[in-house]
Amino acid sequence: MERSFEAYFRQNRLPHLWCPGCGNGIVMKAIVQAIEKEGLTQDNTVIVSGIGCSSRASGYMDFDTLHTAHGRAIPFATGVKLANPELNVVVITGDGDCTAIGGNHFIHGCRRNVDLTVVLFDNNIYGMTGGQASPMTPTGKKATTAPYGSVDRPFNACALAGAAGATYVARSTAFHVKHLTDMISGGLRNKGFSFIEAMVQCPTAYGRKNKMGDPAKMMAWMRDNAVMKAAWDKLPEGEKQGEKFPIGVFKQEEGVAYDVAYEKVIEIAGGARK
Amino acid sequence: MTAARLMQGNEACAEGAIAAGVRFFGGYPITPSTEIAEGMAQLLPKCGGKFIQMEDEIASMGVVLGASLAGRKVLTASSGPGISLKQELIGYAACAEIPAVIVNVQRVGPSTGQPTAPSQGDVMQARWGTHGDHPMIALSPWTVREAFDAAVMAVNYAERFRTPVILLMDEIVGHLREKVVLPETGEIEIYPRRKPGKTRAEGYQPYTPDEDLVPNVADFGQGYHIHVTGLIHDETGFPIGSPKITAEAIDRMHQKIERVRDEITHTEEFFMEDAEYAVIAFGGTARTAYEAVKNARARGQKVGMLRLMTVWPFADKAVKALAAKVRGILVAELNYGQIVHEVERAVAGACPVELCAKYNMEIFEPEEIEKGIDGLVAGGNK
Amino acid sequence: MKGVITIKEPRCKGCGICAAFCPKKVLAVSELGKIQVQNADACIACGQCEMRCPDYAIFVDKEEASA
Repeated sequence: MERSFEAYFRQNRLPHLWCPGCGNGIVMKAIVQAIEKEGLTQDNTVIVSGIGCSSRASGYMDFDTLHTAHGRAIPFATGVKLANPELNVVVITGDGDCTAIGGNHFIHGCRRNVDLTVVLFDNNIYGMTGGQASPMTPTGKKATTAPYGSVDRPFNACALAGAAGATYVARSTAFHVKHLTDMISGGLRNKGFSFIEAMVQCPTAYGRKNKMGDPAKMMAWMRDNAVMKAAWDKLPEGEKQGEKFPIGVFKQEEGVAYDVAYEKVIEIAGGARK
Repeated sequence: MTAARLMQGNEACAEGAIAAGVRFFGGYPITPSTEIAEGMAQLLPKCGGKFIQMEDEIASMGVVLGASLAGRKVLTASSGPGISLKQELIGYAACAEIPAVIVNVQRVGPSTGQPTAPSQGDVMQARWGTHGDHPMIALSPWTVREAFDAAVMAVNYAERFRTPVILLMDEIVGHLREKVVLPETGEIEIYPRRKPGKTRAEGYQPYTPDEDLVPNVADFGQGYHIHVTGLIHDETGFPIGSPKITAEAIDRMHQKIERVRDEITHTEEFFMEDAEYAVIAFGGTARTAYEAVKNARARGQKVGMLRLMTVWPFADKAVKALAAKVRGILVAELNYGQIVHEVERAVAGACPVELCAKYNMEIFEPEEIEKGIDGLVAGGNK
Repeated sequence: MKGVITIKEPRCKGCGICAAFCPKKVLAVSELGKIQVQNADACIACGQCEMRCPDYAIFVDKEEASA
């Protein structure tokens, strides 16, 4: 029962602090499996995270890891990548971290096409602080700060990333583990800003409040409502409603990564190899 | 020595940082500091370094901390409103012990204040701007040449103590143009990035303090697999909810600076041999204070001056020694009164301390400080 | 195809995800909140439990062909 993914974890830090049934552990494993699959090493890969439940992942992963401040993972990661472009930089963030307090950094990271692979663990809630509404809490769903149901309209983070200029955008779920790993792999291969939304169940702060049942029921909901992109595209508009949502690669295009573009600047300025 | 050049304070600051080995700058435009960013944008790629204009001041601070952890010496620059935004991550740099220099070319506040009139109103912000207990080093140059030297010193201190250092400029020095002669590259002492003294196999821990209480945190990408966090952590770098370790971590953070306090607290005295009264000033205001003291001397008043080049840590020793020697101290500062409270604390009643404050967008005229000296002398002769 | 199930009990938080997605009802959460094999013979080594375990507490290997 030896598993190669175990080598990518700091064994002395496990078990992790996430609640029973939380989907974060599934995504964390998918990330290291994608790293392994793509042949990235623990010495040439840096994991950068923000603040929140998801961002605790960095502490369990046996790489150089950087647990930054709330919302700030992308600027720190940008600095790491530009300072040493040899490093592969993976960002782990959450829906509140990335799209609320870090929203500005997120869209500008996309715009610059910095070569980062950003994995957003979307649990639709602020978990660590006990279940407040996030910009990705669906309208009408309950949270401690939305006791009558959320009034806000949520972000579609994938559409946001694509519009802002990310060159690779994908979504998957904690149920679709192999698919999720493939989506992350694609992001690691893309030389530019890659964004992967990983939908995860938060049974403690979100599921309970919204009577979504146990963790397995929340994952079954993902299974029953996720539609592969190709099938989604063929659906008549009227059927793209309700709880159904698409998963898969939404955007993949060529674009010059920021560090590569800046090498040109150094060349023009005459500072190459100095 | 290099050829004499006509330079602006902000330009000298940028060149000093590069001379000290800075190879990464992240910033956001704000007057009166923008020339530093513009200078870095032009100079850095010439020496293989990188410049990035970020989406905001918080991101500018974050990007330089990331670059610092990946092995570059880093700088960011801003002014009051931007420095307010940077505070969150200045605290992160203090807690996670990441070398970084933050230039604040002060302007009148609070808020947007009076852009971009000169001020020295961010003295206390430099010390206490971010939340929590932390040490702070802040240097305030008074000439264009010293802006260069202070930039070199700030980078060296940031690297040596693995701490954020604030280069507390003001609009007066930032936008001042003077003829300067810069040192040759070989004449500049540079503190190199600290390196781990052990391998992973030998039990290396990133936050184990060296003899000088500063840890030799490995740069990313060296195979050490370190963990860096803004949570209070132990020597392993991992957070730990222990009262004992929390107290020890905060103690060490302070002691690594406190133990070198005398060495890094730079002051300069003028006309103090026979002085009976003294003016304390720093930054651009020290220029006017110097004129005022000279004028007062010409009128027969026995006045000297103490200039604080290091604003933080505060020069307690020099101020106490001054208080023991003179019959009164006048503190001239371009704000409502900030450093005067530190002077009063250090003087502890040994002599009268008076404030010469100005906060109306304009710099001091020598006569205004001379008037303050007259008042001090009159009071002392009562 | 038969499966050999290994459980790292200290890691198990008893969330029941593995049991819920097991197509052969091999697993169940015990009274003490840990996963248990209750019907080993039914295991077909599909790996659904291992794949979705958020705590890396359960592993399934295909049984080696007996010599």
